[in-house]
Amino acid sequence: MKKQLPVFLTFICAFLLTVQYFVPHRSFEQIYEVSNIWLQIIGVFSIFLGITSLVTMHVRKIRHRQRQWQYSFITLGGLFAMVAAGLIPALEQRGSYEWLYDHILNPISATMFSLLAFFIASAAFRAFRARSAIATILLLAAVFVMLGRVPLGDRMSHGLFPAIADWLLNVPNVAAKRAILIGVGLGEASMALRVMLGIERSYMAGE
Amino acid sequence: MRGFLAKVSQLDRRVIFLLMAVAVIIPLLFPAKLSVKVTPESKKVFDLVESLQPGDLFLLDMDYGPDTMAELEPMTYAIMRHAHRRGARLICMCLAATGVSLIESEIRTVAEERGMEYGRDYGYLGYRPYPAAVILSMGQDIRQSFPIDYYGTRLDSLPIFRNVKNYRDFKFVLSVNATSGVDAWIMYGKERYNFPLAIGVTAVMAADYYNYLQSGQIVGILGGLKGAAEYETLLGEGERATIWMNIQSICHLLIVVLIIIGNIAFMAGKKDQS
Amino acid sequence: MALSVDPGVWLAAFLTLCIFSFLYKDNLFYRIAEHLVVGVSAGYWLVILIRQTLVPYFVIPLFRERNWNVIPGPLGLFLLVIAAFLGILIFTRFSTRYSWLARIPIAIIWGIGAGFVIPLSLQTKVIRQLQASIIDLKTVGTWDGFNSLLVVIGVLSGLTYFFFSKAHKGAVGSVAKVGIWTLMIGFGATFGFTAMARISLLIGRMDFLLRDWLGIIK
Repeated sequence: MKKQLPVFLTFICAFLLTVQYFVPHRSFEQIYEVSNIWLQIIGVFSIFLGITSLVTMHVRKIRHRQRQWQYSFITLGGLFAMVAAGLIPALEQRGSYEWLYDHILNPISATMFSLLAFFIASAAFRAFRARSAIATILLLAAVFVMLGRVPLGDRMSHGLFPAIADWLLNVPNVAAKRAILIGVGLGEASMALRVMLGIERSYMAGE
Repeated sequence: MRGFLAKVSQLDRRVIFLLMAVAVIIPLLFPAKLSVKVTPESKKVFDLVESLQPGDLFLLDMDYGPDTMAELEPMTYAIMRHAHRRGARLICMCLAATGVSLIESEIRTVAEERGMEYGRDYGYLGYRPYPAAVILSMGQDIRQSFPIDYYGTRLDSLPIFRNVKNYRDFKFVLSVNATSGVDAWIMYGKERYNFPLAIGVTAVMAADYYNYLQSGQIVGILGGLKGAAEYETLLGEGERATIWMNIQSICHLLIVVLIIIGNIAFMAGKKDQS
Repeated sequence: MALSVDPGVWLAAFLTLCIFSFLYKDNLFYRIAEHLVVGVSAGYWLVILIRQTLVPYFVIPLFRERNWNVIPGPLGLFLLVIAAFLGILIFTRFSTRYSWLARIPIAIIWGIGAGFVIPLSLQTKVIRQLQASIIDLKTVGTWDGFNSLLVVIGVLSGLTYFFFSKAHKGAVGSVAKVGIWTLMIGFGATFGFTAMARISLLIGRMDFLLRDWLGIIK
């Protein structure tokens, strides 16, 4: 029961939804419509589960005085402040929720990703080496794309760098990404088939 | 010379960080405005919006948050201003959780600037999780996933939504996207329901979608800040992305110089070893 | 333009500098900002989910209208309650005795996902991409035709490189070598674009500091 029921349900759902793609009958259409919404509803609860796990993890960290436990207060404080600002009508009407979003969430997450610009520059200097023929090809393609996509590169080369960059993007890049995409497509379909047939059961936590 | 190159190869990474910061700050203080070359893939997106007639309706999906706002916000502004100039109506939505409020404020900014009326000229559906499921259900009826709009109003009580059932009622779908949701738009949207789809993506993602462009599965691509600058050029208004592209030029040049110096130092070191 | 007097802008600038301080070295301010964003993001998402999913999916159909627009009538409401019940079952993961029940909703999600993927993935990523690789005979002898031929060679050699059931020796090895060259150009293009993307984000933050906070630029 504990193992067979989930495998059976997976098979039924996957089978019906694969078949409905080829059978334009109203009953299959209804199964399809309900499945779409079920997927979203069950999915929402799994996100709630994730947030609950985050809270319990930080509470445990504080309770057991684990490494850097003091920071957990900040995480939990931020979480509850945001929830209060969004759900307590008096705070919400004052625009507290949007204020926290604009002045805390927005600047931190935007800056975190911008840090990568510095690390890319550093990596370009330290690790981007023409050690072999294929590394040189990669390096040249990157340089031409970088110079070919900015106005200065266009001016410097009288339009040559943009022309090379466009060709690289539209011909070899298309071929490379297409080869990868075809592999991904076949891989996805075969993995989905394995799930449907109960061969792939990682969602059962190892059983 | 050898000693100098050896020293260069040992350069503290914080010096490189500083160079990068200077390469951004100086041109920001003294902005230049070199013209941006328009690529065919961006022109196709512009032409798609340009083809709209007064009253035509299109779906503008905006799936990004503050982390990629700098790249995609100029694009969104340019597209919305263009749509308004064509007299077209648009329905917006967001499938990225951290972007819901950001998108709402961006839409409101352009609407206030151009005097667009909510519910008549534009609408905002808001957010739902699981892009693939949302995109699939919208192909049947947008009310299945969005019975109410972002503000909690029933769709049928607003004129812009009244005669809209699914993708067939939009001229096209334009997805400005920083997530894997763009794959969902192609796979579950375009391939399942067959509507014209154009995309605006971050530069990181752009190279991965040229094969969809070549296969005709998407109409055009706006790639990152460059795509936004090209759109601004075609539109003849807005200049943020265009000015930023010139800063980008200096930074790219710096990275290329760093690559060259790094390689010279590497080769000199290799020669010494051999 | 002048220095901002908005406390919100000052807070945002302070947090921006907290994150940038990591470039010097890992420090207390960076960690505070890092932990804060995790909590605030989770809280933001929770509120958005309540407003944007619980209300339209449950509150309106079950309590306000007593009708679900996807399947009207009692059957629809029943299916909605079942979905909610399955969702709640996910929380049994916290119980040692009943945690197996959480597999049921997860199995359904996996099944539905797999059912959607099989036909559409093959159509989008395999069939349509193969169709696009067919050379248009009208372009033979032209620059476009030459490029189309290069794409076909690149795709076939790239696929050969990923084919590990045969040793990459002899003719297969040579074709695979062309494949890896093609792939490297693709990765190089991606690197070029990645640098571009990250720099754009940095420009955005610097613009905020110099314009919105310090008021140095107009």
